[in-house]
Amino acid sequence: MTEPALLSVENVSVDLPTPRGNLRAVDRVDLKIGAGRTLGIVGESGCGKTMLSRAILQLLPKKAKLSGRVMFDGQDLVRLDPERLRKLRGRSLAVVFQDPMTSLNPVLTIGTQLIETLQEHLELDGATAKRRSVELLAAVGIPAPEQRLMQYPHQLSGGMRQRVAIAIALSCEPKLLIADEPTTALDVTIQAQILDLLAREQRRRHMAMIIITHDLGVVAGRTDEVAVMYAGRVVERAPTPVLFKKMHMPYTEALLAAIPKIDAAPHTPLPAISGRPPDPTRPIQGCSFSPRCRYAAGLCFREKPLLTAAESSDHQFACFHPVLPPVGIDA
Amino acid sequence: MATLELTIDEDVAAGPVARKRRLGPLFWAAIVWMIFVFAAAALASVLPLASPTDMDMLDRRAPASAVHWLGTDGLGRDELARLIFGARISLTVGLCAPVIGITIGGALGMLAGYFRGRFETLVVGSMDVLLAFPPLIFVLAVIAFLGQSILNLTCILGVLGIPTFMRVARAATLTLTRREFVIAAQALGATHARILLRELLPNVLLPLLAFFLLGVAVFIVVEGSLSFLGLGVPPPISSWGSMIGEGRESLEVAPRLAFMPAIAMFLTVLSFNLVGDTLRALTDPRQGAL
Amino acid sequence: MQDTRQSPPRDPLLKVEHLVVEYAVGSKIVHAVSDVSLEVARGETLGLVGESGCGKSTLGRAVLQLRRAQSGRVLFDGQDLTAMHGDTLRRMRQRVQLIFQDPIASLNPRRRIGDIIAEPLVISGVKDAKKREELVHEVLTAVGLDPSLVVGRLPHEFSGGQCQRICIARALVLNPEFIICDEPVSALDVSIRAQILNLLEDMKARFGLTLLFIAHDLAVVKAVSDRVAVMYLGRLCEVGPSEQLFASPAHPYTALLIEAIPVPDPDVRPTESVPVGEPPSPIAPPSGCRFRTRCPRADQRCADQVPELRLIAPDQLVACHHPLIAAG
Repeated sequence: MTEPALLSVENVSVDLPTPRGNLRAVDRVDLKIGAGRTLGIVGESGCGKTMLSRAILQLLPKKAKLSGRVMFDGQDLVRLDPERLRKLRGRSLAVVFQDPMTSLNPVLTIGTQLIETLQEHLELDGATAKRRSVELLAAVGIPAPEQRLMQYPHQLSGGMRQRVAIAIALSCEPKLLIADEPTTALDVTIQAQILDLLAREQRRRHMAMIIITHDLGVVAGRTDEVAVMYAGRVVERAPTPVLFKKMHMPYTEALLAAIPKIDAAPHTPLPAISGRPPDPTRPIQGCSFSPRCRYAAGLCFREKPLLTAAESSDHQFACFHPVLPPVGIDA
Repeated sequence: MATLELTIDEDVAAGPVARKRRLGPLFWAAIVWMIFVFAAAALASVLPLASPTDMDMLDRRAPASAVHWLGTDGLGRDELARLIFGARISLTVGLCAPVIGITIGGALGMLAGYFRGRFETLVVGSMDVLLAFPPLIFVLAVIAFLGQSILNLTCILGVLGIPTFMRVARAATLTLTRREFVIAAQALGATHARILLRELLPNVLLPLLAFFLLGVAVFIVVEGSLSFLGLGVPPPISSWGSMIGEGRESLEVAPRLAFMPAIAMFLTVLSFNLVGDTLRALTDPRQGAL
Repeated sequence: MQDTRQSPPRDPLLKVEHLVVEYAVGSKIVHAVSDVSLEVARGETLGLVGESGCGKSTLGRAVLQLRRAQSGRVLFDGQDLTAMHGDTLRRMRQRVQLIFQDPIASLNPRRRIGDIIAEPLVISGVKDAKKREELVHEVLTAVGLDPSLVVGRLPHEFSGGQCQRICIARALVLNPEFIICDEPVSALDVSIRAQILNLLEDMKARFGLTLLFIAHDLAVVKAVSDRVAVMYLGRLCEVGPSEQLFASPAHPYTALLIEAIPVPDPDVRPTESVPVGEPPSPIAPPSGCRFRTRCPRADQRCADQVPELRLIAPDQLVACHHPLIAAG
């Protein structure tokens, strides 16, 4: 990647104090994304992907301690003063959350929420803002947009609400959109429509996008690069086709194998991963995946593997016993 | 072949951690006071106290001395003994009245929330009617009709507490009946009685108990207020409330006669509130967090 | 005369006949299940798939009489469940069990696991405490949990996957013949789903169960089902053997569902889907074929006439006036 990254997450860690002890939600994560590119972050519950997105947005709970840098468009968001940060959010940096019912204010009309955002960030007057809102709603595929402006979130279906949330997120032409499980709460036919919408808008605006999900199927066809997270760390990162075809992390391999495939015959036993995702308050010595890994051996239980590069510098993984030995590196 | 998952995290074996941290020194102080008051009230007859009714007209409003540790009141009666015997009254009424409320109100609430329909409308409606009566006038009317006695007072206060407990129980039951474990019990073929007693009651009991303790505090004050007005327990039985009432006359000369029962009542009510609140805070997260 | 039943003679353990379930929400009526008939043969797994609001969960509960149907019958082993009440129904319920979507909410947070699993035994009258304990231990081991570590604990001490195992154990302890699984893996992590699906298959084989597997995830349904029924807005669209149905779907909705599934293969570029709008509300479903508002093949006939389930291919039934494959 020769162009400078739009967003660069550098050695970010998030610690949360809990009654049970310190919880390392995110452990020394490095990520980069360039303008116009799509990054998928994949992981199961407890892997830290939501905390990471909050860390990028600087929306962590008060008790959380963040270390590292989050460089966005040349500025370190961690050190930025709150006023500048507030102006940045919504304008250049936008978010779409999982549950549109809770991310939209239930007591304000759709119109109010859209127009407020436009007026706040773009300083448009009322009439222009209203016109622009109608355009946005139409662009996200909502029929009869003028009427919708008067409606409340509960009067719309889940898919519609998510479209509205996307419209609000896109209203100020952000440079980066973070979509945190945007379709998990939606039906599969609506999911396809929403993902198409995001892809289309992204192409039109040359916008960078981060899709956070637990569904490998969602990232497969719609991202340029995928980062797999496990127990707070990024354990593998590669361009999407490379990740699916030539993965090195046993976790990635196991996750892919454990998903029921539509073209498999019924009653084919699924190669399940034994055990369960680790408890973040009980860090495991050595590699976090070692208790569940079929390839784990001596060193895996003692030391944590660091991210190392595979055959090309944009494919990195953290494992002592990778699935396919990378070319040019001794296993 | 199914994969076996035979391991359970050892940390689960550690059990609930650091609950103790939330039980601060205030909580324990409250517990200590409550134990002290209960013990004193229970053992009042066996303690080497002067009789609370013995009047010593020569020694009225006497300050604290070796004979009368807290002095005497306007009629020469030993303050300390009166305080301890007064505790008995306050605690009896304070505890027994909400017991009536929690049993009848709790049962009605659970049944209303579980069975819904016309029964629920009937129960809620009657409770609303009961609540519509101005409580003080209601109490006065009934006492005027039935006569002043501890039993009557306890009963009428208990009845007045039923609607609140009914509401707490009903609200808790409504949320719980929708949860899958109740449907699971129905799917297993459990009878209504079994579901109410085995599935719902253990979950409804905790909010009810927390409310109970707060209710005790409230009723102590209510009884105190009525006795202060002379409408509570009949003389010569004295409760903290009536002591405060009698102490009114001596406020310039011997203010302690009014203040000591007031402080006793204050500390007791505060303790019940603290313990009730802490219990509620402790039990809520586990119940709702999942 | 075309026979609308499956061609080879089956021994249906469960037969649902023209079931209608409606309930009131305020002043409106939700038509959750409208005239659904299906059969589940002994020993098979019927998958019931559809998106939210299609009525599949309501159907599952109506089969168990947890929700009373307005009309129609449910025959279990020849006996009519809809006509049963009180004790007879309760005894019948012990032969048919239910597993829910949210495993943690399915367990009483204040009772110990041992008690929870012993509950069905107590209800069905197993008086001997020792015998109960034995059965509880047996069934916990069968689902892959160590009884000594589990029985004394409370549900909140376990993970979602473990709770689901406990729920499965509770469902199995009475040795039922039929289990209705209502979205049993949707709330679980991806890596745990495979474990639970394997476990269900294993239990089915070991205990000789018949399953009705309700889910919205087609790949999951296909992985465990012998036959699949597709539901849309309270009606059945298509029923057929899993492989056949997915290889050549006859109903446009089935085809739409299959196409919409995100495939974890980067070479399969998702087709830019034709905007097909939102599903209508079950309060005011469209006349005739309910899918017609989103169907590219719909015409006037679809609005006027409700399509009936008919045989389109060996063992495959479809309710459509313009199916994707010609009647064979």
